[in-house]
Amino acid sequence: MHARSLSLITAVALLTVGACGSEIGATGGRGSKTVTLVAHDSFAVSKSVFQAFTRQTGWKVRVLKNGDAGAALNQAILTKDAPLGDAFFGVDNTFLTRALDAHVFTPYRARELDRVPRRLRLDPTSHVTPIDFGDVCVNADRKWFATHNIAIPRTLDDLTAPEYKDLLVVENPATSSPGLAFVAATVAQFGDGWLDYWDRLRANGVKAVDGWEQAYTGEFSGAAGSTGDRPLVVSYASSPPAEVFFADPPTADAPTVSLDRTCFRQVEFAGVLRGATHPDGARRLIDFMLSQRFQRDLPLTMFVNPAVAGTPLPPAFTKFGTVPADPFTIPANQIGRDREAWIKQWTAHILR
Amino acid sequence: MIVAPRIYRRVGRALLVGAPLVFLGVFFLWPVGAILGRGLSAHGTIDLSPITEVLRDPSLRGVVLFTIWQAALSTLVTLAIALPATAALSRFRFRGRGLIVAALTMPFVLPTVVVATAFRGLGIQGSLLAIVVAHAFFNVAIVVRVVGASWVSLDRREADAARTLGAGPVRTLTWITLPALRPAIVAASSIVYLFCFTSFGVILVLGGPRFATLETEIYRQTAQLLDLRTAAALSILQLVAVVAALLIAGRATGHARRQIIGSQFRHPPRAGRERLVVAIALSPALVLVGIPLLDLVRRSFAHDAAGYRHLSETPLGAASSSLHALGTSLEVATAATAIAVVLGLALATSVTRPGQRSRSARFAELFVVLPLGVSAVTVGFGFLIVFDTPPLDLRTSWWIIPIAHALVALPFVVRATVPALRAIDPHQREAAALLGARPTQVWREIDLRVVARAAGVAAGFAFAISLGEFGATLFIVRPETTTVPVAIFRFLSHPGATNVDQAMALATILMAITGLIALAGERFHRVGRTGSVL
Repeated sequence: MHARSLSLITAVALLTVGACGSEIGATGGRGSKTVTLVAHDSFAVSKSVFQAFTRQTGWKVRVLKNGDAGAALNQAILTKDAPLGDAFFGVDNTFLTRALDAHVFTPYRARELDRVPRRLRLDPTSHVTPIDFGDVCVNADRKWFATHNIAIPRTLDDLTAPEYKDLLVVENPATSSPGLAFVAATVAQFGDGWLDYWDRLRANGVKAVDGWEQAYTGEFSGAAGSTGDRPLVVSYASSPPAEVFFADPPTADAPTVSLDRTCFRQVEFAGVLRGATHPDGARRLIDFMLSQRFQRDLPLTMFVNPAVAGTPLPPAFTKFGTVPADPFTIPANQIGRDREAWIKQWTAHILR
Repeated sequence: MIVAPRIYRRVGRALLVGAPLVFLGVFFLWPVGAILGRGLSAHGTIDLSPITEVLRDPSLRGVVLFTIWQAALSTLVTLAIALPATAALSRFRFRGRGLIVAALTMPFVLPTVVVATAFRGLGIQGSLLAIVVAHAFFNVAIVVRVVGASWVSLDRREADAARTLGAGPVRTLTWITLPALRPAIVAASSIVYLFCFTSFGVILVLGGPRFATLETEIYRQTAQLLDLRTAAALSILQLVAVVAALLIAGRATGHARRQIIGSQFRHPPRAGRERLVVAIALSPALVLVGIPLLDLVRRSFAHDAAGYRHLSETPLGAASSSLHALGTSLEVATAATAIAVVLGLALATSVTRPGQRSRSARFAELFVVLPLGVSAVTVGFGFLIVFDTPPLDLRTSWWIIPIAHALVALPFVVRATVPALRAIDPHQREAAALLGARPTQVWREIDLRVVARAAGVAAGFAFAISLGEFGATLFIVRPETTTVPVAIFRFLSHPGATNVDQAMALATILMAITGLIALAGERFHRVGRTGSVL
């Protein structure tokens, strides 16, 4: 009790001392209502999109970011008695059961949910709403394979062939979400034999690093400005169009290609936080995330596919990127049940 | 005549020691205690069995041991490279000296992901060597600045007397100079040790997934697995190891030698032999720091400096341009520096006050360093569960970021200023008082003058720490005010040339700002010196 009131005094003192910084932290004001969206670090949206939301509904949006997808969700779970905001963006299917089991969301069925294909609607209880999806796939450096006159591999099995020795770099599933998705892809393909597959990959010289940044911009030879020397990397189906989109000088063709038969589908969800101060604003925001305005913005800001069927895609996205027809999937509850065991076994087989 | 000086003085003293301790208590002890308590409480009581479980697990025991010895090894290597350079920079004046000091300070603000690309060229990635070399790269600055600040204020007359009495340069160094520098060297080493002990990015990015330390393991248990029980046990082991290291360091400090405020005049290297010695002393540090920095600058100008040209544009999906991030970083750093310098000087003054009992002073000095030895994720998650009561929900306030940075910078300010204050000869104060100076006047004319140089160094460091801080910023919920390291990280998390270019350009700008601040600090020293009487 005493400690708490003491802290209040200190905090008040500190806040008054430095009122000069307040315009940065301040939001809303002038009688407008503000809804707070909690998201992971990769969340991005064009400025005009949220401005449109404010014009339509009168709600301003404040975004709070904290850590990667896993850390952001864990913080939401830790603070569920006094949530940080009103809505949360960025639970994916690999963390879905953890979020649902922890009861951080309150049910809300978005108005336009019917326009989202059934295979993306993984939560029948409507605690969370699917907003976008993406595919984690092996990417190849086209130039490297052309110069070395080796065919680009096509399947997971190809990756263990001798001509692809020492060419692949993957992420650690314990610390990286594409890393975990790729492990899930191997589980989906090989079932109980997935660890044998990884033993074969290890024998074929697979390299593991902790995060996507190190794998892609550090080790992969196909990334722009890279010093890496491995022409195969676990990345996203949208990485080739991103390479073109951010190329300098502009290029007509993608330097990399994503291998359609190695993909694992990730679906990202948003939901209304239980105990939200502004649940009505949060519901409007969830509705807005399924609107055309928001959905059309997704491909070139977060490099993911819109969840709403028939959303027009920008040419830069469709020309160099593909949506794999038949990606690997695993039911969310199975991922929730087995995730820790996969990580433990993978660590023992690949790192030790 | 003066009505109640005693009361004022008492209140003043209480504030001096109270404000920093309340700050640490509220923003460090309370959140950390709360998160540890949440992890270890079972059925209303505290259950310590996770600690024994962790110690029984051979792989976790390995993690504990590796954390300790890699930090010790990294500290020794850092000292071996940095001390000769410090000597050369403190004793001699030569062209480009200021630039070298500035360059050695720059690594401090660079994000590990950026540095890793430069280290790749060496082909040592994924090894213990990479970890140790990177730790030395990042921490050389600490030794150069902290020990250097103390070196230039040594009283030269002792060394001169020893030389006159026939002692050679080596003997003078080992018998006179090094013992006088011992407190500063120990202070710098313990800070370097703590940084290496709790380093996160270097272990993950340069060591790779095969290496695990207490810090990376606590991160995994807390942020990824939400296993607060194991995380709490690991955090307690981390705290115990850190306190033990600090106690050993405290022993090694010995008693600071009283000295009259000296000010060494640096002289240019005289004979050719002296020039050679300076060059040899500087080269390891210059090679270690110079190669990665030059590589980074070179890369930042790729594609006709496109990275710089794009900086004023707002990146897709971001709320504002990277230049705005630069403004935010400077604002946060200013606030963090102000908090750290004011509280740090208050604490340093009160623990070095004559008549201060040494045990409580030692305790306060130890306490203030603890935040360096505790995982950023532990503090960050602790913040979440204690500052959650409206209307003062500090968790989402802009101030939470400078406060977190100030926690890291505070020990620097205290460690850099205490040796200087302690070295003041009490006779000087007494003489001033005898001549009629009031206590505040004594403080201003003697203490402040001595401490100004050290405080300047400390403030520069606090600013740099805040500019480059990334770990804690990532674990703490932040309103969407992107700082430069966060912007760099965001650029690097998208494929494509323009993203890489802009990340490199931002990193180079961050370096340049740090360098300019260091240069300004050097200037400031020079001004301070001409003003000094003795």
